[in-house]
Amino acid sequence: MASLLRSRWLKPVVFLLCLLPLGLLILRGFQGELGANPIEYITHATGDWTMRFLLITLSITPVRRIAKQPDLIRFRRMLGLFSFFYGCLHLMTWMWLDKFFDPGEMWADVVKRRFITAGMVGFVAMIPLAFTSTRGWIRRLGGRNWQRLHRLIYVSAAAGVVHYYWLVKSDIRLPALYAGILAILLLLRAPFARRQAAVRAGTASG
Amino acid sequence: MLIRKAPEIRYSEVTPKQVYLNRRRFLAGAAGLALAKGEAAGAKLENLRKSEFSTNEPMTPYKDVTTYNNFYEFGTGKADPARNATKFQTEPWQLKVEGHCNNPKTYDTDSLRRLAPLEERIYRMRCVEGWSMVIPWIGYPLAALLKQAEPTDKAKYVAFESYYESRQMPRGRYAGIDLPYREGLRLDEAMHPLTLLCFGLYGDVLPNQNGAPVRLVVPWKYGFKSIKSLVKIRLADKQPSTTWSISNPREYGFYSNVNPQVDHPRWSQASERRIGEFFKRKTLMFNGYGEHVAPLYDGLDLKKNY
Repeated sequence: MASLLRSRWLKPVVFLLCLLPLGLLILRGFQGELGANPIEYITHATGDWTMRFLLITLSITPVRRIAKQPDLIRFRRMLGLFSFFYGCLHLMTWMWLDKFFDPGEMWADVVKRRFITAGMVGFVAMIPLAFTSTRGWIRRLGGRNWQRLHRLIYVSAAAGVVHYYWLVKSDIRLPALYAGILAILLLLRAPFARRQAAVRAGTASG
Repeated sequence: MLIRKAPEIRYSEVTPKQVYLNRRRFLAGAAGLALAKGEAAGAKLENLRKSEFSTNEPMTPYKDVTTYNNFYEFGTGKADPARNATKFQTEPWQLKVEGHCNNPKTYDTDSLRRLAPLEERIYRMRCVEGWSMVIPWIGYPLAALLKQAEPTDKAKYVAFESYYESRQMPRGRYAGIDLPYREGLRLDEAMHPLTLLCFGLYGDVLPNQNGAPVRLVVPWKYGFKSIKSLVKIRLADKQPSTTWSISNPREYGFYSNVNPQVDHPRWSQASERRIGEFFKRKTLMFNGYGEHVAPLYDGLDLKKNY
């Protein structure tokens, strides 16, 4: 397992897997299989995958620890960037196919419609993370600051769940499922965070 | 000017039947049985009168009309009803007319269908979610049925109720709304000639996912007012409570007239996407039926009474 995770072939494979949802969407589009309202379909599909990739990214750290597979860290940045990638597609679908780049209408929606406000918060919080995802930026910011900044992913994921919850009309099962998974992923961090805090307190006093 | 010729060919012949039957068969899985069902559902409605209320806008394809539906009893996804309603038993059926009327009566589908001459009405349909279609419905004015019931002076409103049975509609449990589905109209709205008691579309009886065997179509109101699979019509003295306004009174009012000036709290109602079109179009007041229905609301504040 560990050697597989270290294999240099795995990364391109995972990369291609991450592109699969987009590939399937395009394929279905060409086959005319996006249903009666293709734009709605594309909006929902890209939004769903943004949310899923955020949750997958957030699962790397707890799974690494629980399964004792530290090499999983190799994939975290890529998965995070794919969250941003699908987030961009989702945002572009809205800006182009829903608002046709009308700045007045877009702004009115962002300030007036709380589910869009939440979605926008989630997206904006991802921008600095994507921007500072390179090794150079980790060096420039310093490990501790970089890590602190990248906690913004919690904001993004939470905003994504709220965005979805506020959008649905009555059937809240899917947003509730995402909320539940997010809660579990955050709870799994608690014991570790406490230990880390204790260690830090220990080094400070020692 | 558009010169409208009465189509000599039936729509069901234009849309090759085998195409959608194949699709139904594919969706249902069990081929032979499903095909038999498909044939039964495709029963034709003959001798339809044309209507001056029909629009001459291009109609939304049969496939879209029958695979993109809101019918939460069969699932909350748009494609769910077409998939999950294939086994819906609509025979025998009873529609009860009751309440403040001299002639309460229970009808079966057949006697109901024969009550008045069937017309084809090509209406725009605007969903509260911001999309719209043009659908050739078949039915007759609800007024014909209500007149037979003879509403008394006490009757001011009409309350409608859909069929709900959890064994036939197991997904209703997750709908997130109170079922059976309920709707309501003011008596004068219900008596309006545009308000249609509907039995079919595209020349055939209603497919299950579109509200078989009998539904309401109120074209100047958001689609959710056009209640499906009707089992009860009650003449009432008070404004009846309606499913969506019970679920979320701030977002869905009793009237729910199509109104581009009154936004849904979560999205604008100023424009809509006509299914099959790329660009959005402006939403029309009363969904374009203002000349017929605006007088119903003289003196009523439509912002308050949304």
